[in-house]
Amino acid sequence: MSGFRFSMQIQPILAALRRHKIATLLIVLQIALTLAVVSNALFIVKTRVIHLSRPTGTDEANIFVIKNGWIGGPTVQQTDAQMRTDLSTLRKLPEVRDAFASEAYPLEGGWGLLARIKHQPEQTKRSALAIIYFADQHALDTFGTHLVDGRNFRADEIGSIGPFDKLAPTVIIITHDLANKLFPNGAAVGQTVYLGHGPSVIIGIVDSLQGPYAGSTTRSIDEDSILVPDRSAGPAGTVYIVRAQPDQMDALMRSAPAALFAQNRMRTINPDGGVISLAQARAQGYATDRGVAIMMGAICAMLLLATAGGIVGLSSFWVSQRRRQIGIRRALGATRSDILRYFQTENFLIVTAGIALGVLLGYAANLRLMTHYELPRLPLYVLAIGAVLLWLLGQLAVLGPALRAAGVPPVVATRSV
Amino acid sequence: MEPDVATTETNMARAAAVWQSIRHGMFTYYLDMALRSFRGTKAVTALVIVLMGCGVATCMVSFAVFRATSADPIPSKSAQLFVPQIDNFGPTNNNEGEPPDLLSYTDAMALLHAQRAKRQALIYSVKLAVVPHDPNLQPFSQSGDAVTSDFFAMFDVPFRYGNGWGAVDDDHRAAIAVINSTLNQELFGGGNSVGREISLDTHLYRIVGVLDNWRPYPRIFDHASAWDAFGKPVQVFIPFSRAVDMQTASAGNVICGDSRDNPAGSNWDSFLHSECTWIAVWAELPTHTDAARYLQYLRNYSAEQQRIGRFDWPPNFRLRNLRQWMEIERVVPKASTLSLIVALSFLAICLVNVVGLMLARFMRRAPEIGVRRALGASRGAIYRQFLIESGVIGLTGGVLGLVLTVMGMSGIRLVFEPRIAKLAHLDTSLVVLTLLLAVATTLIAALYPTWRAAEVQPAWQIKSN
Repeated sequence: MSGFRFSMQIQPILAALRRHKIATLLIVLQIALTLAVVSNALFIVKTRVIHLSRPTGTDEANIFVIKNGWIGGPTVQQTDAQMRTDLSTLRKLPEVRDAFASEAYPLEGGWGLLARIKHQPEQTKRSALAIIYFADQHALDTFGTHLVDGRNFRADEIGSIGPFDKLAPTVIIITHDLANKLFPNGAAVGQTVYLGHGPSVIIGIVDSLQGPYAGSTTRSIDEDSILVPDRSAGPAGTVYIVRAQPDQMDALMRSAPAALFAQNRMRTINPDGGVISLAQARAQGYATDRGVAIMMGAICAMLLLATAGGIVGLSSFWVSQRRRQIGIRRALGATRSDILRYFQTENFLIVTAGIALGVLLGYAANLRLMTHYELPRLPLYVLAIGAVLLWLLGQLAVLGPALRAAGVPPVVATRSV
Repeated sequence: MEPDVATTETNMARAAAVWQSIRHGMFTYYLDMALRSFRGTKAVTALVIVLMGCGVATCMVSFAVFRATSADPIPSKSAQLFVPQIDNFGPTNNNEGEPPDLLSYTDAMALLHAQRAKRQALIYSVKLAVVPHDPNLQPFSQSGDAVTSDFFAMFDVPFRYGNGWGAVDDDHRAAIAVINSTLNQELFGGGNSVGREISLDTHLYRIVGVLDNWRPYPRIFDHASAWDAFGKPVQVFIPFSRAVDMQTASAGNVICGDSRDNPAGSNWDSFLHSECTWIAVWAELPTHTDAARYLQYLRNYSAEQQRIGRFDWPPNFRLRNLRQWMEIERVVPKASTLSLIVALSFLAICLVNVVGLMLARFMRRAPEIGVRRALGASRGAIYRQFLIESGVIGLTGGVLGLVLTVMGMSGIRLVFEPRIAKLAHLDTSLVVLTLLLAVATTLIAALYPTWRAAEVQPAWQIKSN
């Protein structure tokens, strides 16, 4: 019965809408634009939120880094000796669980040493890019990451590398993600690959370890890290990555650099940003992602409110214009719920037309955004969510004016407007 | 029958007002009409004003950030400052046909010595350890730039004390430095420190100039090397020749072609002669002729390199001015462009909404229009009346937009990094622009509804009453 009524209403609704072509078109256009913008914005929010909440694969809460610079261009030998002393100073502190020296740290953002990994030394096919962490046998314990296959570095495998030395590690540890990319069909441990200037044997696989790039441009290789058993003893400086014993972080972030200065003053650890916890690095590294997500969320909310306001405004206008017709229909036997349903159906039809157009616009906008902002393809369900949201919003917005229309008494038919 | 009586009364009152308007002037009459009609359609008018306010404010806040991040740091000279690029990587290693952003030492020195521009500057980013005289103070590292002598005049760098250095000092690899005001404040309490010494990487440098708080944003001049368009202003400048002499490694980008073909070398000297690119080069070319001549020189130079066998590819070079270079370097943060696009879409949707609401407002008053037309008001008069009314709504929306913009400016910190957020500011031009945008867009939105209102047939309206 209700289905019959519904279909009975569509004809007169369409006839009425034809008399308000432009106004109808404006609402349709507005619904379409809203769907296009809201679905893309929600999608951006979703990708950003996923991106900024990715785990690094480390014991983030207890790790901080000390960015240590050298003064006066010491030789590689001098720097390496100083680094060994520093590391043993750090490891002797009771609050320190473990520490090692590298040139980058997770969530650092922007900088990192990239290397191409080849299966053969003379490979012509474009090879996989990966991100390098200099490390030693303490790196895995410091990061708090676990071996899933193979073994850790041995103390006698750790070398030192100067600014002009060629990168040629004999052994490396790689992440599970990279191992799968390099050797999709078998065990990576024991295999030989070429990075830089020499053959390197993969001796271990760690479950996960994120690279230092926090931005979104390197997303595809963020999980592809390589641990190279070298101390990077260049004149520029080094990064000490320190894992504190539980609940010792705050005190240690002050006492550890002080201990290093006490050992040797001729170094730089800048007071502003020279010591940074991974939690702080996360907040800084993802500031833009978080900001964009907040902005998109706010715009979506305002947009939906604006659209709702527009529907209320125009529906009220239509109701006031049609008071006489409504009265006539009521006088001819239409019930209050018939009138209510009339306006609800009208709104549903308009919103549906808007959604149809909005899906096309939304896809077009997504295609443009994909080329400029490294956004993946808009999945259908995001548009579906947007559509359902707009249907509900439309029904909610039209409810007030429709109820007012249903309240029009039949006696209006007898009055002139 | 109440509505009828009321309508007739208002219509009569308005008819009387038409005659009054001859004394008062039409504009005030229309304003008065507008205010009356606002009272009649409070909810719709308020909705239009709120929509315009929100739409305009969102655009203005995004625009304030976009304007700050895409600003021209040297507006008076940007058309004369050029970045030369020479492809020393070749088609297999360059970036999809584009030459590298930086030059190798070989090419940079060749360009410098050829002297084909009014001024030329070589720049690379360095990190220097400042060791305070007081042994109780901890040394700290300071970002700086190694530059050639023309740099200061080329970029109109303002000095508070002293000056830059000359070509002679470049040749002598002098141990001299120019410092910016923040470092001068830290080390010398802000006084005139020209002639005093500063210890950089355990070597003493004589200060020859102190900058007058120079903070050009975006920091484009060393962007290819330092990649820090909105970071802290550079605090130390030392002669390029001195930095190279001291084997000071670049703290910025060092990009090499294929490492197997061009090993970076085993020492500083072979690094200098490698095909690694790490030097940002600028040329000041005041006229188009100068630029054309420089471009020809780059072609000849690249051809010469091909002839002597250093490049086995045809000349591939570029010469871009500062504004073009800002595009190439993608200085404007993507979040900023994205927010502007989203804000403009939001304003567009608000406008579509406003068109619908205005249409409803105006058509509701069809009877009134009919009476006015029947009493002799021309179409033009109806146009004027409704456009003035829209203008008033637009202006009110603009004022609300301004209030929301001011509130939104403090919200920028939530969306953008602090270093970018602090660059955006509200000034007179932004205030004027906010009001203009609100009025202009509301008028555009009102065009169609106004046309419909003016098309109302006087006779029909009166008959149906």
